[in-house]
Amino acid sequence: MERIPILKMGQYLLVTIQVDMHDQLAMTLQDDLTAKIVSDRARGVLLDISALDLVDSFIGRMISDISKMARVLDAQTVVVGMRPAVAITLVELGLSLEGVRTALNVESGMDLLRSVTS
Amino acid sequence: MKSNKNSVSVILNRDERGVLADWVKLQLSSSSLRADLMTESDLRQQSQQFLGLFTTALEQNAPADVNAPAWSEVRELLGQISRSRALQGFSPSETATFVFSLKEPLYARVRAELESDPAALADATWTLTALLDKLGLYTTEVYQKSRNEIIDRQQRELMELSTPVVQLWQGILALPLIGTLDSERTQVVMENLLTKIVETGAPLAIIDITGVPTVDTLVAQHLLKTVAAARLMGADCIISGIRPQIAQTIVHLGVDLTDVITKSTLADAFSIALKRIGLSVKPA
Repeated sequence: MERIPILKMGQYLLVTIQVDMHDQLAMTLQDDLTAKIVSDRARGVLLDISALDLVDSFIGRMISDISKMARVLDAQTVVVGMRPAVAITLVELGLSLEGVRTALNVESGMDLLRSVTS
Repeated sequence: MKSNKNSVSVILNRDERGVLADWVKLQLSSSSLRADLMTESDLRQQSQQFLGLFTTALEQNAPADVNAPAWSEVRELLGQISRSRALQGFSPSETATFVFSLKEPLYARVRAELESDPAALADATWTLTALLDKLGLYTTEVYQKSRNEIIDRQQRELMELSTPVVQLWQGILALPLIGTLDSERTQVVMENLLTKIVETGAPLAIIDITGVPTVDTLVAQHLLKTVAAARLMGADCIISGIRPQIAQTIVHLGVDLTDVITKSTLADAFSIALKRIGLSVKPA
């Protein structure tokens, strides 16, 4: 079955979405990620969605949910690389992802993650 | 009706040259002549073409309805003439006069032809009036349409011109908004800003609304949407250039700007932006 890889980088987890997200894939990702946060005792999650060019309300909510779930497990989430079209779509859908940290690219996202988890 | 139209067509067939000469002379002497915009030879050529097609259409017993296929060539020519005149800067009445001025030379001839038969004369006059009026109105319509096209194009150009995103410093963008914001413009503004954020990787953007005359709930909502979209991408927005009057309006309208950094001047916004990226300005 298709899965989104979750990479471990020190105390952080790196998730790069490089395929079209569909609902099943999103659910699997939530399962895998929460399990991995617990098993690796991760402090932060970096969610790179720079390759994602199509979102709907479900995927939007999934991003917000992942961030909330991670927080419950004491890990901070930073979403990086959102494309303009995706950002506009999410805002028009009324999903402004309050409480989700964002950064322009992986580098600044990593900096932000370090500063909030230190 | 048929015979009336035929009588006009007979006259035109017999004396097309004479009608044309009279018509052109009339147009040249008319006060609505725009010698500065078009030459006499152009006018003569257009008149000749129109009269030729008009005569042909009448000969084919075309119905009085100018939208009928028999009139398609006449309509096409009139469309071309109106369009070119709209572009050249003629007024609508000057454009319509082109057709209306044909009445005088035609009436004179119809009258001479049917003087002995008042009923037929009245009928022929009526048919001719109805026809030429419709054609005249058609020119106005086309004129209006081409004018609208020009306005639309200019609006588009204005839209592109009026939403520049400038880089104030490494990592700081500014978007000076000028003029009223509507949904369409906000869309362009938002897209421009977000694309520029991606291009430059700037974590801070200043939206300056000094040039926005009024802020209503819709404009405020648009601004908030832009700020939210930029935040989703990982960039923060500062709104600057809020005049006292606008600050009052925003509060009275109940718009919630608490999540957005606001400054009264672009200078203030710039200084806080510099501080955010860890820079300061010192006297040399």
